[in-house]
Amino acid sequence: MAKPQLSRITAVLDVLAVLAAAVLAAVALPGPAHAQAPVKVGVIQPLSGPVAASGNYVRMGAEIARDWINGRGGVLGRKIDLVIEDNKSDPKEAASAAEKLIVRDRVPAIMGAWGSSMTLAAMPKLEEYGVPMVVETSSAASITRRGNPWVFRISPPSEMEALGLEKYLDRIGIKKADFLAVNTDWGRGATSAFGEILKKKGVGVGVTEFMDQAATDMSAQLTKIKGTGADTLFLTTSVEQITLVLKQAQEQRLHRRIITTGGSSSPNQLIKQAGAAAEGTYHILFFMPWFPEAMPDGKLARAFVDEWSRRGHPFEGLTEGFRGHDGVATIAEAIRIAGKDEPKAIRDALWKVSITGVNGPIKFEKDGPPGKESGQSRPSIFVVQIRGGKVALPDFLARK
Amino acid sequence: MEALLQHLVNGLVLGGIYALLGIGLTLIFGLMNVVNFAHGEFYTLGAYATFAALALGGVPFLVALGAAIAGGVLAGALTERVLLRPLRGESIDTVMLVMIGLWIAMQNGELLAWGGVAKSIPHPFPTAPLVLGPLSVAPLRLFVLGAALALIAGAHLLIQRTRLGRAMRATFQDPDTAALMGVRIHHVRTATFALGSGLAAAAGALLGPIFLVYPSMGDLASLKAFSVVILGGLGNIWGATLGGVILGVAEELGAGYVSSGYRDAVGFVIIILVLLFRPSGLFARAERIG
Repeated sequence: MAKPQLSRITAVLDVLAVLAAAVLAAVALPGPAHAQAPVKVGVIQPLSGPVAASGNYVRMGAEIARDWINGRGGVLGRKIDLVIEDNKSDPKEAASAAEKLIVRDRVPAIMGAWGSSMTLAAMPKLEEYGVPMVVETSSAASITRRGNPWVFRISPPSEMEALGLEKYLDRIGIKKADFLAVNTDWGRGATSAFGEILKKKGVGVGVTEFMDQAATDMSAQLTKIKGTGADTLFLTTSVEQITLVLKQAQEQRLHRRIITTGGSSSPNQLIKQAGAAAEGTYHILFFMPWFPEAMPDGKLARAFVDEWSRRGHPFEGLTEGFRGHDGVATIAEAIRIAGKDEPKAIRDALWKVSITGVNGPIKFEKDGPPGKESGQSRPSIFVVQIRGGKVALPDFLARK
Repeated sequence: MEALLQHLVNGLVLGGIYALLGIGLTLIFGLMNVVNFAHGEFYTLGAYATFAALALGGVPFLVALGAAIAGGVLAGALTERVLLRPLRGESIDTVMLVMIGLWIAMQNGELLAWGGVAKSIPHPFPTAPLVLGPLSVAPLRLFVLGAALALIAGAHLLIQRTRLGRAMRATFQDPDTAALMGVRIHHVRTATFALGSGLAAAAGALLGPIFLVYPSMGDLASLKAFSVVILGGLGNIWGATLGGVILGVAEELGAGYVSSGYRDAVGFVIIILVLLFRPSGLFARAERIG
């Protein structure tokens, strides 16, 4: 009985293998090169899975940048074409998405891949094939420290973020803090970066708790945190988990000053989905769509906010969506400087990019082991607070 | 001590839902011998059905829950009728492959229909917690625990006390004899799969408002359901109930007193231990039939 079963399965597998080989052969055939063919730019984002909201917002921002650039005549007289891949919030998928974009779609540059673990998983492919990637969101320090000269980051690593908060620490008045972070390279990196700044300032650190990226019940961690008697909780994760943590913290009567790091908290989404539980929370952000005029390039920020709402995208996505715009704008500028859509030329040109994105000036400095440095820009960092169901400047700034 | 009590309360609420998931799967996996990888997708289906009924249909909360359970029952019946009945007599591996296909198809169908961004289900309960000394628990969670217990009791009564339940037990003990005795075993199989899927949908509908709803939410639920079934013993309803509660409390205590990073690992360590020392489950009777 088992044998014919097995042979049937292997027969099916055989057919599948032949089909797959045929498909691969068909796509691997080089197509004729057109002078006016669009310039391809690869995009890797989590469009499904536990952190999908953020990835979709970044994609929307990237599409705005593409349309704006194409509206102005494109780059090198050619249109930009985004080839968008879903990494399913999964590092394994991020690596295969990078490989697919490079080998099959032949993109000369990539923007990605949101989460630090996903970016780190895609990075060896960049080095293997020699294709540059602009990192638009990830904050783990290791990304630019691994000696991968194909990586250019426009988002701040956690250390930079922590330094951005340092100047406010006295005004906030933290005595003792706990950490709750997603159990990824991002979360672990953030807890150590912020922990060091706090220790340097003489602030006590209670417990450091982690949660799986897909975890939905954080009550155990919160019960433990409740026992430390600290006054502040640093929270590092995606907006989905921040929503759950805030709701569950309210259920457990955990009265703490909560500060989210990483810039992916989408405060308006928190107001909508967590309601009163989000009241009073502080958020480190890299774009303030509520006060576009306060951004380094107020006109660009205003235009981006207007275009976003004209397209019917949700307002809460703006704090994430600008990353997509800035990433694609950076790549387009590098292609313009390079004068051709060739990966190595774009990599060399990225070092010469100097533009102002929605976040602010983008210009790469060297980071990592000498001779194999990655590029790291110095983004602007902001703190906002949810007060009275609205996003406002933090009270510690208002009461000075 | 206060923390311990709070951990126990949290674990109990979580365990109630695990039990609901486990009972649904133990009927399908344990009694019907179908390795149902799509179980978590019926859980997701229940959550999305609740969301659709509440946010788009505007019906009251309890009606939406009922609609979600009905949706799960119907989808389960349809699955059994269309996919599983033609496979009667095929090996367990063939059925397993078909269920893996269904799992992938359902999950991607949800992604297509709803998009990847998580949805939040509105609910009518106050968000302020009920406070009892050092303990606090949200009213919604208490309702969920109560509803889960009621559904568990209902499922148990259905299987032990009704004609349909007797027909189910007879069919899975010996389908040929049951058929000879006049049991319409095709219908019994459809009803069993529908009941199991309905319970999974109920779990999704109940947990949806506490957590968030997104297309891949069923993966973790499937994993927990299989864990509960293995803990409790295949086809053992009380085993699945107790297994669910044990898993919920163990995870909660593990996260609280060992390390929250290993929360999910705690459950699986227990399962490895159970498989090593009591391979047919914690609550398996000495002799099991079917």
